[in-house]
Amino acid sequence: MVDELLTRNDRWQIRIRDLHKSFAAQHVLRGVTLDIERGKINIIIGGSGQGKSVLMKHLMGLLAPDRGQIVVDGQDIIGLSDVAIAKVQRKFGMVFQYAALFDSLNVVENIAFPLLERYRLPKKDVLARVRDLLVRLDLARVPGIEQKFPAELSGGMRKRVGLARALVDRPEILLYDEPTTGLDPIATKNVDEMIRRTADDFGVTSVVISHDMASTFRIADRIAMLYEGVIIANGERREIMAAPHPVLREFVETSGAVQLGRRPS
Amino acid sequence: MTAGARTPSAGGTGPEPASGGGGHALAAVGRVFSPLPGAIALFGEHVMLLLRALAWLFRRPFRLRLFLDQMEFVGVGSLAIIMLVGFFTGAVTSLQAILALSLFEQQRYVGFGVGVSLARELAPVFTALMITARAGSGMATELASMKITEQVDALTTFAVNPVQYLVTPRLVASALMLPVMAMVFNVVGLVGVYIVAIVSYQIDLGQVLALFRWGVDPIDYIQGLIKAFFFGVTMATCACYQGLSVRGGAKEVGLATTRAVVSSSVTVLVLDYFLIQIMNVLFPYGGG
Repeated sequence: MVDELLTRNDRWQIRIRDLHKSFAAQHVLRGVTLDIERGKINIIIGGSGQGKSVLMKHLMGLLAPDRGQIVVDGQDIIGLSDVAIAKVQRKFGMVFQYAALFDSLNVVENIAFPLLERYRLPKKDVLARVRDLLVRLDLARVPGIEQKFPAELSGGMRKRVGLARALVDRPEILLYDEPTTGLDPIATKNVDEMIRRTADDFGVTSVVISHDMASTFRIADRIAMLYEGVIIANGERREIMAAPHPVLREFVETSGAVQLGRRPS
Repeated sequence: MTAGARTPSAGGTGPEPASGGGGHALAAVGRVFSPLPGAIALFGEHVMLLLRALAWLFRRPFRLRLFLDQMEFVGVGSLAIIMLVGFFTGAVTSLQAILALSLFEQQRYVGFGVGVSLARELAPVFTALMITARAGSGMATELASMKITEQVDALTTFAVNPVQYLVTPRLVASALMLPVMAMVFNVVGLVGVYIVAIVSYQIDLGQVLALFRWGVDPIDYIQGLIKAFFFGVTMATCACYQGLSVRGGAKEVGLATTRAVVSSSVTVLVLDYFLIQIMNVLFPYGGG
């Protein structure tokens, strides 16, 4: 069983087993067990303060758990050295809730940042990669975008630049932290499409944490629900929609986004 | 003064201890010292941040551009304000010194008196306070807003250590630029002395200069610059600590900035006292 977990699996890229994490008296994660499917959009839903962000930070090795295992491509990432964890982190790209672009750097410098920090590449190669991403993410048509600073960009554009920065080192896994929070319905739909297209075009595994039910049911391949520190429901979108867990049902129906499991047709 | 009876505690509802009540007296003493563990912990956290920033100074990669950017921000950016304050500090101190010295008809000592004051105290302390107000507040605000907008977290996802990337350059730039700016302060302050004493009060330049050369030693300047160096370290540590320890939203950014300026200014003045004591031992006054 342990050996099976520690060998590369063609279907499951990240495997989390019995993950526990406490902050002072707060027991946030109480034994999370979850598999993330390669090349698919995996959405983890849950209310505020249920530990979604904490779980996400564990995936990238930014937080160390009190107990449990996280296996990425057959490699247990808990307790690795700084150098080894940095190597694992290169497989990941993270898209922050509000993009988290560096204010003091312009768009090109922001996108190029991971490359410049990690490798010694010729300047023109870096610039070529950045420009390629600007084109692919539909940013190149904005006049003068390369020299603009984050403060001069709209929220949606900032998110795209943040995505470009996450993609520039060709990650295998993209993490999105509440990508649609604070956006209007049209912008939400654009971001949904951006996530879907990125997953298809770049062939990355996407892990999205969200409490936006409408978005989740629109783009997810797999859905997991984190509730009180454990995963209470987990499966493909169709399975989840057909037979939802009572807490999930309440969560979804309160949001008014979709009707579950009792469609008249 | 009644011993330990009254403490200006925030609540103020605690019963007044009866005289001779040992338990009450102990509780009162406890109340007086209750903020102490917190203060010690806070001091310790500042020292830890300082040590971590120093340790990262010697580890790759070395990002020269960040250091130069910060040196420009702390130094060049503060040049105008330092010159303005330096000039008027020299001029105002000269005015007061001339008034006092005229009691003894010894106005020619003005260059010596103000020169020593500037070199040993006024230049390093005022430079530290002005740069705290300008650059220290800027550092705290910048780091705090980077923290709440997750830019600091973003750095860690690229395996960049935030202390190395953000704190170390600010610390080094402040430690190096404060002595430079204190020296600028000295020079411009002496211009202020010249304008007031020589141009306005028409005191004999030859006598003022002779007494200045007799009374002001290089060691006075060296002491001032050593102090400025430590003030730079103090200011950057306070500002970066407050910036990086912020949680919450925009309001907290403002509070962090206020705390940074207050804690840095107070620490500079307290540290000044101890540095003077140390230097008095190392370089006894009047040795020249």
